[in-house]
Amino acid sequence: MKIVACVRQTPDTETIVKIADNKTSIKTDDIKYIIGPYDEYSLEAAVQIKDEAKGEVTVLSMGPNRVPETLRACLARGADSAVHISTGDEEIDDALVVASALAAQVKKMGQVDVVFTSTKGSDSDRGAVSPMLAELLGLPYLGLVSEIQVADGKFECKRQVEGGIVESFTVSTPAVLCLEQGVRGQARYPSLMQIMKAKKKKIETVDFASLGVDAALNKVEIETLEYPPERPPGRIIDGDSLDAKLDELVRLLKEEAKVL
Amino acid sequence: MSKSVLVVGEVASDGVVKATLECISEAKRSGADSVEAILFGSSAKDAAAAAGKAGAGSVKYVEEGSYSLAQRAATVEGVIKESNPGLVLMSANTYGKELAGVLAARLQAGFASECTEVRFGDDGQPRAVRPMYSGKVLAHCKLNGATTLATLRQNTVAVTDDGADAAVSDLALAGSTDGVVLTGSNSDAAGGEVDLSEASVVVAGGRGLKEPENFKIIEELAAPLKAAIGATRMVVDAGWKDFHYQVGQTGKVVTPSLYIAVGISGAIQHLVGMQNSGCIVAINNDPGAPIFKVADYGIVADLFEATPKLTERLKN
Repeated sequence: MKIVACVRQTPDTETIVKIADNKTSIKTDDIKYIIGPYDEYSLEAAVQIKDEAKGEVTVLSMGPNRVPETLRACLARGADSAVHISTGDEEIDDALVVASALAAQVKKMGQVDVVFTSTKGSDSDRGAVSPMLAELLGLPYLGLVSEIQVADGKFECKRQVEGGIVESFTVSTPAVLCLEQGVRGQARYPSLMQIMKAKKKKIETVDFASLGVDAALNKVEIETLEYPPERPPGRIIDGDSLDAKLDELVRLLKEEAKVL
Repeated sequence: MSKSVLVVGEVASDGVVKATLECISEAKRSGADSVEAILFGSSAKDAAAAAGKAGAGSVKYVEEGSYSLAQRAATVEGVIKESNPGLVLMSANTYGKELAGVLAARLQAGFASECTEVRFGDDGQPRAVRPMYSGKVLAHCKLNGATTLATLRQNTVAVTDDGADAAVSDLALAGSTDGVVLTGSNSDAAGGEVDLSEASVVVAGGRGLKEPENFKIIEELAAPLKAAIGATRMVVDAGWKDFHYQVGQTGKVVTPSLYIAVGISGAIQHLVGMQNSGCIVAINNDPGAPIFKVADYGIVADLFEATPKLTERLKN
């Protein structure tokens, strides 16, 4: 089974995000980059399924020069090979442009049985690239998969949808599957041995420009970025006793906030 | 371009789903000239007319035997090509997320996902507000092109219902199924629990609970409120609760009308997932905990004493 796992390098989730002077992007100095926190889980699932189905995992990521560092970490976590679609010094972050480049690269990779993605990048918070990629590859798609098993060359998947419903699906290959957090448990931490072995694995670099993606596909224009309005300061409820404080809380919830 | 909106959503026999009503209401507020809705459902045509109350001028009902993304995409694509809406709007729920992405790629159209507001600009092009970096920043986006798409984050806009029932016409499901086959649809085995992303009340627990068994204090408080249960990343990482309970930057973003944080210190990772809730209550024994900066009402107390007492009061 040939598996492609798409990952994105994103700022560390602890990053204090600051808007740049141009008001349309964020300041990138002093940002520490990590493998997307959602992608950790989909990569873990990809590696487990590879072991079960005797396959191989190629990890695929688009982004600037700093991306190979993240790809190296993915190799240490069990991916067999890695492809970096390089945008040089530039950060290109339009969903349709990214999906088009990923699709163009996957098409060059010959027979691929499944492409795994995760629910979203922790930077853009879009979750748009995955279904776009499926469409551009002409493959069936299932989003938000929370359980996955391989059976007879197909995938048995479950997902939790709104209203407390669990849907079950059988998915034939090839397909694009977007995997939820924890779909196969916690992501593994690589051992020192795996880290050493990963250093010997090859990372292929593909120039973004060579994929022939039309920049005019970018039709979502960020006009301005702003910080969200701050919440007005709340209050600590006073009272002579805990009982008095809780009585006051219930009263406020009923009469002031009107949420009970 | 035309300032018309096509809303795509779902209808169940007991009514148009709330997430879809939110989209129709937002479409009405967007400055659109017209709002049309396509509703997918199973034996639910009679309930579809209510979409008019939220602002849909006309409703197309699609009887759907079994969910198929490929068929929904083909069906909606047909309507888009016929009516050329300036904006196609759907909820960022499970179905809207995947349908909008597929259609955006098929039509090579601008697509803003997980928006919290959609309006037409003076130039006739849609503008969308969408949180990025888990809400640390809001992006004001312009959607270019003759047809554009957006998904609306659930529970972030009001539903209006001052309109009248709309005329409902039937629309046949188009296209064919693909390699994704729905084999079952069942209530969550957990049974009776309220879904976190849709809940109007959320009760969440954090590290202050000390032991996984103590999470029952949260469950007991949630019961009389019919609340969904949430947890911090620490609680999930420690294995006390499953991933789908996690609220925060690497979990779910929730916007209930009431959020009660119990034993949660308020790390930024958690705050970004709940700070847009209507009313926030925090119970924590540390008066310096950052959670109190976002809480409308704070109770500084031992949670093991305060929470059961609050539960008792809410039962009555």
